[in-house]
Amino acid sequence: MATDPQPGAAAAGGGRERRGSEAGPWKLALRRFLRNRWAVAFLGLFVLIVLFVLAAPLWADHVAHTGPNRNHTLEKLKVGDEVREVVNIEGQPIGPQWFEADGKFFLGADGRLGRDEMVRLMYGGRISLLIGLSTAVITTALALVLGLLAGYYRGWVDSVIARVLDVIWSLPVLLIGIALGITLAIGGLKLGPVEIQAGSLWGPILVICIFTVPYIARPIRGEVLALTEKEFVEAAVAQGAGPLRIMFAEILPNLASTAIVFFTLTIANNMLFEAGLSFLGAGVQPPNASWGTLISDGSDLLNTQPLLAILPGVLITLTVLSLNVVGDGLRDALDPRSKVRLEAHTGMVEPKGASV
Amino acid sequence: MARFIVRRLVGMVAVLFAVSLIVFVVFNIVPNTNPAQLLAGKNADAQLIASIEEEWGFNDSLPEQYFSMMEKVFTGELTSYKPRIPVDEQIIERIPTTLSLSIGAAIIWLAFGLVLGYLSAKRAGGWLDRLLGGVAIAGVSIPVFLLGPVLIYVFATKLEIFPNGGYVPLEEDPVEWLNHLILPWFTLAILSIGFYSRVLRSNMLDVMNEDYVRTARAKGLSESKVMRRHVLRNSLIPIITLFGLDFGATIAGTAILTEVIFSLNGVGSYAAEAVGNFELPPVMGVTLYGAFLVVFINALVDVAYAYLDPRVRLGETASA
Repeated sequence: MATDPQPGAAAAGGGRERRGSEAGPWKLALRRFLRNRWAVAFLGLFVLIVLFVLAAPLWADHVAHTGPNRNHTLEKLKVGDEVREVVNIEGQPIGPQWFEADGKFFLGADGRLGRDEMVRLMYGGRISLLIGLSTAVITTALALVLGLLAGYYRGWVDSVIARVLDVIWSLPVLLIGIALGITLAIGGLKLGPVEIQAGSLWGPILVICIFTVPYIARPIRGEVLALTEKEFVEAAVAQGAGPLRIMFAEILPNLASTAIVFFTLTIANNMLFEAGLSFLGAGVQPPNASWGTLISDGSDLLNTQPLLAILPGVLITLTVLSLNVVGDGLRDALDPRSKVRLEAHTGMVEPKGASV
Repeated sequence: MARFIVRRLVGMVAVLFAVSLIVFVVFNIVPNTNPAQLLAGKNADAQLIASIEEEWGFNDSLPEQYFSMMEKVFTGELTSYKPRIPVDEQIIERIPTTLSLSIGAAIIWLAFGLVLGYLSAKRAGGWLDRLLGGVAIAGVSIPVFLLGPVLIYVFATKLEIFPNGGYVPLEEDPVEWLNHLILPWFTLAILSIGFYSRVLRSNMLDVMNEDYVRTARAKGLSESKVMRRHVLRNSLIPIITLFGLDFGATIAGTAILTEVIFSLNGVGSYAAEAVGNFELPPVMGVTLYGAFLVVFINALVDVAYAYLDPRVRLGETASA
């Protein structure tokens, strides 16, 4: 648990870094991060992946001339003098054409429906990344609020929040995630003003947020507990600051570096969670597709068209790997002494002892 | 010790109750549709829905609904409705597959993880140590839904060394049983092998700096005796907790994915098939049983840990 003042603390609390009196703490952290070649390289990889999925409409309109959900089952493809069926009589889809058909069916078709796999891969990646990012934003924000309330007020507020987090923590997330995911997918949700349509993307987003909050809120709470003992909080109290100002203006900036690191690692973690849910059919529902559903669709054709299942898996893996490395790099840059880690989740674990 | 066990059991019962409440909320309150229609599955006729409504008492008060749901699940009356198949029967039939997969994988990851961890701690900084460090970091990011298909494609489709998925019961043909399980075992185990070897390594390196290890060396014990009796033994205690928690998490997590990838007809596949068919009673049964199993294993792990490490039961730790 990081109890030492962090770069954010220096900005807000008036502390000072020992070396480099000219540069601010964030600049120093940036400099440390840029010195970490692995982290910078993987950040580049992540940016490439984001550009790849952002380019989806361009590729769809100008190269593949089709949409992610358009069927081409009965169509034929002219490649030079040869005519190729998109889906043959046995229901086998066409394999990768690369640029033979001017970029149409670059990676072949996805199955019986004859949809363009490359276009689906790009649009699927948008949904995977969108869910990963949005759940990470919501979870981190929620975890900060819960952690601040529990750590600042202590007493029964803390007991209630900590108990609830403990219970969620001890649940087998994938299993209950499947149950909640599938009921939301079939039945939707109506709770007061909140309404989720059956099969909408909000289903998996809600599931992932609920089960990921404890992984961030628990360490944040611990950090807040430690921070409330610090002199700058005492000073703020002496100045007559109210609880809201102390929590959000004094303590919150000190949580910035932890929150940034967790945010990065959480995107990766949540993308794996989403892929698992979608792979089992309890996440993203058709006609939407994510990398998880693409793997599931592709695994039926593993013997004939292995790329259909393997490519989305490779993309998830690269995204997750790059986010993990960047997250580690950020942690080292923002607070070289801290040991914050995202704990085990759905069986995919961050190595605690690992150091290279 | 007795007090610790009692406290832990009370905590366990509280979590079990919370789990059952959560599952109840998930199936009965969350959906914006008639829960009876949800349970009946796709394209159910009005008659079936009405009979389910009657059977489950969906018109009663919420506590009554809760009790009737728990009664159904734990007396084995839970059935899927189209066709009518008791959920318990299916789970019992499929449990040997799930256990074969997860216990086998656990043995592999412990054996390989501990041996490799021991070796890399003994020669910290050597080539094996550095190799494992890299593998562990890469391994964490490789999900089973990439590793599984790649292994199937390479070893089953291309090289034809192993069969292409499926399961053969142990009592039918032990050789084929083994043959069908090797790929799934490694798919499930590889990530943990890297992780466990790293954890054991760092534990051992910590313990090696302890005073009692220096004392053991000073009194003239041979290096192998120091390593095995003092260093290894004390480094294993945290591993036991970790293993218990991971084993539970694996059964209820990655094992489900692995079963589906390798078409093993275990409990996880059962739940996944039910999800695919929009059939909820099996999902309800598997979720509740699975969650109960995991919570129970976690409690057991805590008790074992307290037994091995007295500091735990004397301290004020151990949350629910």
